[in-house]
Amino acid sequence: MKQPKTLYEKIWDAHVVDQRDDGTALIYIDRHLVHEVTSPQAFEGLRKAGRKVRRPDLTLAVPDHNLPTTARLDAKGRKIPIADPQSAAQLEALEANAPAFGIEYIGASDINQGIVHVIGPEQGFTLPGTTLVCGDSHTAAHGALGALAFGIGTSEVEHVLATQTLQLTRSKAMEIRVDGLLGPGISPKDLILHIIGVIGTAGGTGHVIEYRGEVFEQMSIEGRLTVSNMSIEAGARAGLIAPDERTFAYLKGRPMAPKGADWDAAVAYWKTLPTDEGAKFDKSVTINAADIAPTVTWGTSPEDVVPVNGVVPAPDSFADPSKQDAARKSLDYMGLEAGQALRDVSVENIFIGSCTNSRIEDLRAAASILTGRKKADNVKWAIVVPGSGLVKAQAEAEGLDRIFIDAGFEWREPGCSACLGMNPDKVPAGERCASTSNRNFVGRQGPGARTHLMSPAMAAAAAVTGRLTDVRELTR
Amino acid sequence: MKPVTRVEGRAIPFGQKNVDTDVIIPAKWLKTISREGLGEGAFEAIRAKEGNIFDDPEYAGAKILIAGDNFGCGSSREHAAWALADLGITAVIAPSFSDIFSGNAFKNGLLAIAVPQAAVDRLMEVAKTDPITIDMESMSITTPFQDRFAFEMDPFRHQCLVEGLDEIDLTLAKSDAIERHEKNSDSAQPWLIPIAA
Repeated sequence: MKQPKTLYEKIWDAHVVDQRDDGTALIYIDRHLVHEVTSPQAFEGLRKAGRKVRRPDLTLAVPDHNLPTTARLDAKGRKIPIADPQSAAQLEALEANAPAFGIEYIGASDINQGIVHVIGPEQGFTLPGTTLVCGDSHTAAHGALGALAFGIGTSEVEHVLATQTLQLTRSKAMEIRVDGLLGPGISPKDLILHIIGVIGTAGGTGHVIEYRGEVFEQMSIEGRLTVSNMSIEAGARAGLIAPDERTFAYLKGRPMAPKGADWDAAVAYWKTLPTDEGAKFDKSVTINAADIAPTVTWGTSPEDVVPVNGVVPAPDSFADPSKQDAARKSLDYMGLEAGQALRDVSVENIFIGSCTNSRIEDLRAAASILTGRKKADNVKWAIVVPGSGLVKAQAEAEGLDRIFIDAGFEWREPGCSACLGMNPDKVPAGERCASTSNRNFVGRQGPGARTHLMSPAMAAAAAVTGRLTDVRELTR
Repeated sequence: MKPVTRVEGRAIPFGQKNVDTDVIIPAKWLKTISREGLGEGAFEAIRAKEGNIFDDPEYAGAKILIAGDNFGCGSSREHAAWALADLGITAVIAPSFSDIFSGNAFKNGLLAIAVPQAAVDRLMEVAKTDPITIDMESMSITTPFQDRFAFEMDPFRHQCLVEGLDEIDLTLAKSDAIERHEKNSDSAQPWLIPIAA
């Protein structure tokens, strides 16, 4: 009888080009997404060494991190120049490097442009059973479709461009089993924040996490992308969810997905991928879905989570002295007091977007809360940044843009935006942001910015009340 | 890459846990198209404070950084490794590292050495007054006080670091195997080649 294998082992084994005795393997990479921030030094390295890109046909380039989310073309259809010369130079470098190395490039004003992790699945570039990399840690998102997908550094970007492979050691396999289903008003974002709170930001280090249980089977691909996206916040380089009929239905007909007989052959192969019964995981964690409430972060690490109806924890309540110290620093940075109710915390900024939560379902969830409502007066800045031009067009076709604008939000062009403080969208120092992004690190949304991570519906609820709010209060 | 066999000198007893790459180098510094000059932005928020450990004259010219658990977590930015290198750091010692950071460090000849918390605690103590030595041949960290802590490292990475091997060259030497894999997958899974958008 064949040894039962996990989904991770099946994908790994199918991509070993060369196995070394010391345990390192040369792994073939089927898909490579390239953006402007982590690629210029890699292309420069290729140029210096006189190397070419081995498989430009497996590589797709798109700008996202640096791009301002304001209008890109003027009324006459001319490109609006980018004010920051460094950002402009980095964007120009990608625009020049992609064609110079034969790589397909989606330009800033193309309707297909968007955040790398939104456009990969959307274009059907991301496929089950493939290995997919990108110079960005949230590449973990693509595991939602059953691809082994992980973030790499710039030297690895160069290595993949030159060889279409990576030298890797096999990770351990970790199972996160969720029992039961999510209650009303509880979203995939609440689920993944809760999971990170349980296992900690180093809980998945050295592991690939496979998310298992009925809750994932019933979850949309958009929801799965949100969950798998934040695997890196739990320390795991990759997350995986077994491909199923939902996955196939999502991919069918997408521009870069297989067609005709190729499609049938692909689906037949994808059906062999789910973890076999009896396959062993190195580590297993069980989460009870009934325990999960709408969740927000209070500190400066994604593991600093608490139900929105809870209170800011006391640093002394942590067993680990270094965590106590970190909690004290976090509270100081966040301007919060131990024991303070989260629901009393007012917010001045709202950000709905990022590779975690900028897909059509996310926008629908936020819009459903905002319909017929307005942002509170103390909310100074509220923006919605669709994950791609196609998401934006779809939202506009559904009239969601009007709901956001009527509620006092700005409706922006696609990009990474206020998830990270490198483009013009930043949260001012000392101010709070209810954010649907993935990291609440010190300075992440701008120097001194105070981030509270939450779901799109929760961010919309915070916009309406001007404070952290249990979204269920607005839906009853 | 230059071979790295031994790092000897003063170490900065930083000790903080879960140091994320946004702390090591904030995003606004990522707009560069070069690998150089990022030391200026390294640990920017921490160094903005008077009396911070990085600008303490006691540790001027230190080559080693000692940190807590899960060093380098967060983003994949290799700029974190470049910024540390630009600061003059050639080795980081911590109880654990994020997977992506330790890979990025390795590619730049920056040693990311994991030893148990107790060893880190002792090295933090020694670092306040005395130098420490990392020896790659014997894979050990020693102090002037006869402390000796052995560490482990992936054998492939160890060999590349000690011999200063270029990883792309090593992989290109396996081009035949790569081509074989491509031929097999082209015939078994022709749908793997994306349809041009």
